[in-house]
Parts: sequence; C-alpha cells; structure tokens
Amino acid sequence: MKEEIGRRDFLKRSSCAGVAVGAACGLGFWLHSRSRHPGHELSTAQSRDYRSNISNDLPKMAVVSGGTPAALAAAALAALGGMQKFVSRGDVVVLKPNIGWDRVPQQAANTNPDLVKAVAQLCFEAGAKKVIVTDVSCNDPRRCFMRSGIAGAAESVGATVLLPEERKFRDYRLNGELLSVWPIYTPILEADKIINLPIVKHHNLSRVTMGMKNWYGILGGRRNQLHQNIDIGIADLATFVRPTLTILDAYRVLTANGPQGGNLNDVKLVKTVAAGTDPVAIDAYGATFLGLRAEQIPYINIGHERGLGNKNYSELQVKYVSIE
Amino acid sequence: MWLRWLRRIAQVLFLGLFLFLLFQTEFRGTFTRGAIDAVRLDYPVSIFLEMDPLVAFSTALSTHALYGKVIWALVIIAGTVLIGRFFCGWICPLGTLNHFFSSYKPERKGKKRVDANRYKKWMATKYYLLFGLIAMSVFTSLQTGILDPIPFLVRSLAVSVIPALNFGLRSGFDFMYGTNIGFLQWFADTGYRLFGSNLLSFKPQYYHFGFLLGVIFLAVAILNRAITRFWCRGICPLGAFMGLLSRFSIYGMEKNHSQCDDCNRCLLHCQGACDPQGKVPWRQAECHLCFNCEVACPEDVIRFKFFPRTRDINVAPDLKKRRALESIAAGLVVLPVVRASTGLAKDYNAGVIRPPGSLEESEFLARCIRCGECMKVCPTNAIQPALLESGVEGLWTPMLKMRVGYCEYNCVLCGQVCPTGAIWKLTEAEKLGKAEGGGAQPGKNSPGPVKIGTAFYDQGRCLPWAMATPCIVCEEFCPTSPKAIWVQAETVTRHDGTTVAVQRPRVDVDKCVGCGVCENVCPVQDRPAVYVTNIGETRSRSNQIRLESGAYR
Repeated sequence: MKEEIGRRDFLKRSSCAGVAVGAACGLGFWLHSRSRHPGHELSTAQSRDYRSNISNDLPKMAVVSGGTPAALAAAALAALGGMQKFVSRGDVVVLKPNIGWDRVPQQAANTNPDLVKAVAQLCFEAGAKKVIVTDVSCNDPRRCFMRSGIAGAAESVGATVLLPEERKFRDYRLNGELLSVWPIYTPILEADKIINLPIVKHHNLSRVTMGMKNWYGILGGRRNQLHQNIDIGIADLATFVRPTLTILDAYRVLTANGPQGGNLNDVKLVKTVAAGTDPVAIDAYGATFLGLRAEQIPYINIGHERGLGNKNYSELQVKYVSIE
Repeated sequence: MWLRWLRRIAQVLFLGLFLFLLFQTEFRGTFTRGAIDAVRLDYPVSIFLEMDPLVAFSTALSTHALYGKVIWALVIIAGTVLIGRFFCGWICPLGTLNHFFSSYKPERKGKKRVDANRYKKWMATKYYLLFGLIAMSVFTSLQTGILDPIPFLVRSLAVSVIPALNFGLRSGFDFMYGTNIGFLQWFADTGYRLFGSNLLSFKPQYYHFGFLLGVIFLAVAILNRAITRFWCRGICPLGAFMGLLSRFSIYGMEKNHSQCDDCNRCLLHCQGACDPQGKVPWRQAECHLCFNCEVACPEDVIRFKFFPRTRDINVAPDLKKRRALESIAAGLVVLPVVRASTGLAKDYNAGVIRPPGSLEESEFLARCIRCGECMKVCPTNAIQPALLESGVEGLWTPMLKMRVGYCEYNCVLCGQVCPTGAIWKLTEAEKLGKAEGGGAQPGKNSPGPVKIGTAFYDQGRCLPWAMATPCIVCEEFCPTSPKAIWVQAETVTRHDGTTVAVQRPRVDVDKCVGCGVCENVCPVQDRPAVYVTNIGETRSRSNQIRLESGAYR
C-alpha cells in the first residue's frame, strides 16, 4: 500500500529538519568565529609594594649578634622600633623563609626555624590576624617543610603553614628586563605585609644567596631557566616584590657547597641577624659573611642602580647591637 | 546465619583497611611531631602483602629465606591448613571486589544462575598456573606477583586507578578554583581539605603505561559479569595455593544427602563453585567459606562443622597428573628461553635504574613481586613500572625515570615499604654511607653512600658547554657534599665574537650517587644535557667503571 504524507506532516518534518540544519550551521559558524591561536591569559601587570611608612628617625637597618635566634629576632625588631611599626592590627602577614631543601637546621640550608617562630610570634603580638609561612621548595616540599623544622615551629605559635599547591599559581606580568611573565604562588602576593626571611648561603653561580635571591621561592614554572641570566633575574624579582621587612638569618652561615649544603664542616656559627627595610643594604651587608664585598655581587649592584636600595649600607643609620 | 553476617562484616572491614593502608602509602608531612630526622610512614602499609601466603611461599623458594614481616603469612597459612580458604571469602580485598562485581544486580537469574555456579573443569586452570609459576620460582625467577591477587590489586590501584581518581578529582576542583567565583573556589578548597589527607595524593602522579594496568584491572572486574568470580575460580594462584593447603582441613561441610530435594538454592549464591548441592561430594579446595549455601538451604542438608565426615568430601582439587606435570614443565621451559635472551646477562639496559637499596639484579628478580608499593610511596614519582626495559622477567618491576622525578637524597621510604626485601630496608645513615662500620647494605663492597647510577654530560646540549650561556642548575641541586658536580670557570667566545664567563660542569664519578636530580632539573627539558645511567650502581659487582669501586680488585 502506498503511503502518502499529509501537508501538516510534511511541514512539521521539514521545518524540524530545517531548524536542525540551521542550528548546526549557526553553531558551526559561531565556533568558527571564535577560533584563534590559543594564547595565555595573564593577570594584570603590577609591581607589589608591601612597604610600610616608616619615620626617618628610626634606623633603616639593625645588626644584632650574640644570642639565640629568638633573642636576635626580638632585639633586631626592638632596634628598628618594634614590629608594630611594620605590622598593623588585622594584617595578614606572609613570612617567606627559605625552605628550599630537604635538610635539617644544623646544615644551614634553610632559614633557622626558631627565627621563623620568633618573627611569627612578634607579628601576632603586633596584632596580625593571620601569619602565613610558605615557600616554593626545590626538593619535595613535604620533606623540606618538615625536616627544616620550620613547619613545626611555625605551627606551634599558630601560624598557617601552606605547602605550595599547583592550582594556586597564576601567571603574572613582572615587566622586568628579563622576566616578563611568570607563574607566581598567589597566597604570597595576597598578603597585606611580606617579611622576607632569607638565610646567608654560598651559591656557586650568584656567589651568595640572601634576600633578593630568596624571591625565587615565589615562582613556579621552569625556574631552572633563570640561571641563564641569574643576576638580572634576581634584580627583576626584587623589583617586583618590595617587602615590608627583610630579616636575614646569619645564625648559621653555609660557606661552601651551597645552596644545599649537607656537610657540617661547611657551616659557620655566626649568631647574627640583620634586619631592615632596605633589601639591597641587607644583602650587601650579608655578603660580608662570605668575605665578599657588594661590588663583587652583580645583582646587588643592579639593585642599587635601579634604586631598590643602597648597597653602601654604612651610609644608612645602622644600629649595631650585641647581646649575650 | 550469624557466620554469614560475620563474613560480610569482615569483608567490608578488610577491604576498608586495605584501601586505607594503600592510600596512606605516602608520606604526607606531619608537622606537629617535630620529628625532623627520619621520615617514616605512620602505618604498616604493606601488611596485606606480607600476610600473603603465596608471597611467603614463592619468595621462600626463590631465596631460601623469609624476609622481615613476611613471617606474618604464617597466620594465614596456619588458618588455611586448619579450616580452608577463609582468606578468599573473608579477607582478600580482590575477592571482595570480585564478589561485589559478580553479585551486584546480577543479570543471570534462576536456573541460569544455578548453572553458572556449578563447578566447571576449566576452573582447575588456576592450579596449573600456580604450578608453572612455582616451578619458575624454584629456579629464582619470581613471577607469581603478576597474578597473585594482593600484588595485583595493590599495583593496579596504586599505578592506575588511584592516579586516575586523583586526576578526575583534581580536574573538577581546579576547574572550580579557576573560575574565580567565590563559592566555587570555596568548594574547591573544601574538597582539597577534605580529601587532601586521604584520597588525593600530594601531587598528581604519572606512571609509565599505567593505563595498561588499568585496562587489565577493568577486564578482571568486568569479567565477573560474564562468569561469577572468574578470577577467583579460574585464575588466582593464591586461591589455588590455599586450595592445596586446605587438604587436611579439620573444618568443612557435611551434607545430609537424604534430606536434599534438589532445590539447588545453595547454588544461587555460591562463591567458590564448590558443589554444595546434594548427591555429590563437596569440593573442599574450591570453597571460600562464604556460608551462603548453609543459609539458603531450606532442608538443613548443609552444615559446616569441625571434623566433618570425609566420606562425602572431595579433599583434593580436581587435577590431572599429566596436566600438572606439563604445567611444571612449561614453567621450566619458559625460564631458559627468557634467560637466553639479552637483557639480564648481556646488553643490560643502561636506563634500568633500580631504587636505592635494591639487591643485585638476579637477587632482585628473585624477590620483587611487582606490587608497586615503592611506586606509590616515592615522593617524587620517580619510581615507575618497567615494561620490557629490564627484560620480560622484569615486567612491572620498579625503575627510576629521572625526567619524572628523582631519588630524594635523604629518603628511604621505598625500602621501608618493600615487603620482600628486593629493595632492602635501609636507614638514612646507611643510604648516605654514614652508618657505623661504613657498610651500607648486604653484599655492598665498598663503604660510602648507596649509588644507583652515575650522571654523565651531553656536552653538545649543555648550555655552558655548547651555547656559551651560564647555567649550572645541576650543580645547585647536586645533594652530595662536597658536590659530585663540580665546575670550572672559563671564558668562552660567542658566535658574534664577544666573550662570556661561564662555569662548565663536570661529574666526579666517585662522589656521584646517581640520584638524578641534575637530570630532573636540567633546563634542556626534552633530552637533558645531563643524564643518569645505572653504571656504578652499588648493588652490582660488575656494572662499574672504576676499578676501585668494583668488587674485583
């Protein structure tokens, strides 16, 4: 039997087919119009300035020697006018120690845990709402954070220890001479105040690693490429992050086989802490622990020329304190 | 009735414990304890492997000894000798999974289901597989781990299923986090907080041909839908071993045949296909002691008791002497065929870098059950399952791939979790060569640290060597002190005639431990300018460059 379709049926079916074809073509053209070379989305360009307004009457730098790390930290901050000059009530403060390596404190490859603990304590006393301790380690971060003693020490005074997580890195425009775009661990930048807590160590390529070099630890990505022009890289990072305060750990100084160390014979007990608001001056001073002058360290000179600080630290009011 | 409930509770508990221990086979960082010297795991994570009777039996055959906690297998062995294959029905996590996949919303009903649970001749395959594997073990080629259910399950989950689960969860959370929408980010953070200490590993993990293990695992799981407990009934060499062990069991089924009216309800939920129905003898070697039949029987025909009448029991498995001899012969034939290939004795693959503390290769192959515990625990994801790199015999044995991870200098966790001592349990001091007496491991010939290989430079790809560019990231990361990678300052000329000061790295072969961190961090990412091969590995007497470090001098 021959079947014929009715007019209504014909219209219904052909309009359905027409709509389907139209929709498919429309979607196709819309998708086609969206096609472009996949690029990278970037956060907006910004330099990160965490400096506090400090009266010029106070010393810019304090060098304290002779006690326990905790006593050194307390004395250094007292000499600078007290932590409350830098940290305000309700601040979120990030402490950025060097937690780069799977080493114990005696090996002096990471910042002294007692120093970190004491600074965290001082921040809380100054009214900080939250103190975050973190770093983007070189070795396995779980081991570094634990064996450095820093995680345990920081948590014992109520600080928040953050192990770096892949998902919390974002690309930032650094607009540096060498570093234009780089992934950065965002919890560090999202703070109100940042205190850099580096340790003085021998480093074969840059000669000595201290505060300015410590900003490598906010980066993700392929930072192994930075060695190819390390001094400009360090200076670019120091231009990007302007910390509230730099507290340089020279309680134990790693004088050779750095920055990782391992051999206790390379560790010198110096029992000194240098703290201040001028990152270049602090690094210039720190270089002397390895018998170097600021002029011998290219990145310090670049930092000086860029106006990030004064490499001639003796021109600043430096307060030297000896405790025992 | 209560026995069946007890069995169900035991299955859930043991599967839960197994999964918990597997997910805890990772150092997650415990900050509050202040312990900063030795990193150890909180739980005896490999206890299921150590309690595995087939692990004990086959390694005892291949090494003539029982390593460490494998002695715990005696608990299961003694229990099985006394009461039969309770392990299969009550404890085995793969058995429980197979049980679940077989009986969850079954497609077969009624008579079809009854027939599916009758004993079939092919179910004796597992015994012949066992015989072949055992024959190989006697001659020191330990292949039981390929099919032994506990190593099989640990390996499948650790190397494929858990990484896939991680990938899925992370993709979801990271997508939410990436939207920058407040409450979605809160969801992602909460997800990471909730699962960060259990389901999620610290970092996403990647494994060499991991999908292959996933496909095999899925196949085993799905086969349950076609043939109830296909693996347990037909393949499992551990089940076969226990079937043999249960020969003199003093516990079992007694049937009152005269009361049986052939309703076959006992067969509806039978796990082992052990012929619980009336008029035929019960197959002791197949029974998982699930007690489903006893509960199902309406006429009280079936009763489990101590010292049952043996008249109605088939105590021995359904074996043909001829087939058994053939399978043993097959195992023995495979061995020389495999050993006569290159790979072990000759042309040993330079890239097979075994974890620190691994025994000499033939000793290693006599112990490694390919459970994948070391791969799961490695904090840098460096330990990967080999495919054919170390020969057919070395399938899924651990090797380090330095482009994925590297050997963390102070870490000894792989040796801590290895159940059989293929990777010997080292302390940190022993690994670093700082232990009393200087000897770092059994059979170690020289004092000093445990070397797993040696690094070499490809000067044509190295930046300071070939491209007049400063670099030495390798030197920075070199963990030995003094560093095995040393540098020489040189002034080199660029193409345009200008000069640049660079430091050119070299390796001190005596100091290099082969940890591979140099290879891992080399900025020449695709084929690094510094790479590790296994020469100089402490475990080998002959695979040495230097006369001083070899055993023959």
